[in-house]
Amino acid sequence: MEDKETIEELKQPSSKKKEVVIHIKGLKKAFGEKEVLKNINLDVHRGENVVILGKSGTGKSVTIECIAGMLAPDEGEVKVFGDEVAGMTEKQLKELRTKIGFLFQSGALYDSMTVRENLEFPLKRVLKVRDQAEIDSRIEEALDGVGLMDAIEKMPSELSGGMRKRLGLARTLIVKPEIMLYDEPTTGLDPVTSREISQLILKMQKKYKTTSIIITHDMECAEITADRVVVMNDGEYIAEGSFEDIKRSKDEFVRSFF
Amino acid sequence: MAEQALSGWKKWLEGSGDQVIFLKGFFRNMFRGGFEWSEFVRQCYEIGYKSFTLVGVTAFIMGLVLALQLRPTLVSFGAESMLPRTLAISIIREIGPVITALICAGKIASGIGAELGSMKVTEQIDAMDVSGANPMQYLVVTRILATTFMVPLLTLLGDVIGLAGGFLAININGKVTLMLYYSKCIDSIGFSDLLPAFIKTIFFGFVIGFIGCYKGYNSNKGTESVGISANSAVVAASLWIFVIDAIVVQVSNIIIY
Repeated sequence: MEDKETIEELKQPSSKKKEVVIHIKGLKKAFGEKEVLKNINLDVHRGENVVILGKSGTGKSVTIECIAGMLAPDEGEVKVFGDEVAGMTEKQLKELRTKIGFLFQSGALYDSMTVRENLEFPLKRVLKVRDQAEIDSRIEEALDGVGLMDAIEKMPSELSGGMRKRLGLARTLIVKPEIMLYDEPTTGLDPVTSREISQLILKMQKKYKTTSIIITHDMECAEITADRVVVMNDGEYIAEGSFEDIKRSKDEFVRSFF
Repeated sequence: MAEQALSGWKKWLEGSGDQVIFLKGFFRNMFRGGFEWSEFVRQCYEIGYKSFTLVGVTAFIMGLVLALQLRPTLVSFGAESMLPRTLAISIIREIGPVITALICAGKIASGIGAELGSMKVTEQIDAMDVSGANPMQYLVVTRILATTFMVPLLTLLGDVIGLAGGFLAININGKVTLMLYYSKCIDSIGFSDLLPAFIKTIFFGFVIGFIGCYKGYNSNKGTESVGISANSAVVAASLWIFVIDAIVVQVSNIIIY
């Protein structure tokens, strides 16, 4: 009950709609014969948490990979901060990526580096921070935020699944991105840890004031984090609204998630 | 049948094109600012220092066996005194560089292929890329330069240890002092023996690092791909070592003689 109140409190200020930071129009993407994205249209506003729900293999991850410039769309436009991602030069794309955080499903931790080195990596190479005192203070702040201060000298292989997700989140957020893209952040975790991670996502979003897209098929994660839910099936968006709206949907496919 | 051959050629051409693009990426990132010195030094340690024992033991046995095999033939021609000279020339010019490079291809190219392959499979390379860091500069440039720098050094050490193996073999059947043995070896080696051998080890080092990085970096998703990357890195690097060896020997013969 207490958790529920905290979540409601955290979600409150996000309801104000602001400028569009991610604009997707008529996005199409195919791999060989398989058309993964058929016609995607989506606007994400500053400070908003959008959850994309859908079965595995329906193109959810492909959508955020197009936003981060990891994949080029076949047709349509993907604009981030008003700039077309597909038309960017390598330098522009690199600049954009410093403003985007991408949390991979696996966490993608650098397994030859300690927790500290994992966090130092983006600070030194992306933000070019040279002052060791500043690096240390930012690492402490990031680890404190995700409750991993005790694991600072550990290797990723020594961490549990939940701790790995927390570290992945800390590493992504340490550069203070304006946009966060989460690829199934709670997959493979037990229900209790999943809930903790979902609450952490919401807490971090409020702390760093990020705009987020969360790909998931975990309904509890969607309920906790979403300002708006988009349901995807067969490469298209079939429903959109608040979590409660989606819950009340009469569509058979949408209902199958509840 | 013809269709299969055509698709094979198409694949080969695509692969070659990818390698050229990868090579271009390497050179572009090498001369870009922000060289990763600490990672380069770490790779030199991992590649050079940790391969030293293997290269040393192999070189010693190689020198020993070579001397034992050569001796009866030279004795039958009454040319036993030529043994240190023959050993020195064959080890410095050909056997030392090629055997060291093949050992490094087996140990280093496969190691790099597997390491980068598993980083690719676990999305670590994608994570670096999407964060705005430069994985080519951090992972590829440092490793290729480390192999290019360390393989010639390992070859040099391997040559000296190989000659020591030859010294032991000679002393099993006769008696030669270390000073006399090494002075005879050094006397028989000229600039024309050392330079082509040294130059080819630089190419060997480069190709070992390049192939290892290329195979690992372009690994497909899935754990099976890690094994394939490591395996194909060894095969391709070994093949390239022989191709480079043949080319350097031909070119140096034309220039020097």
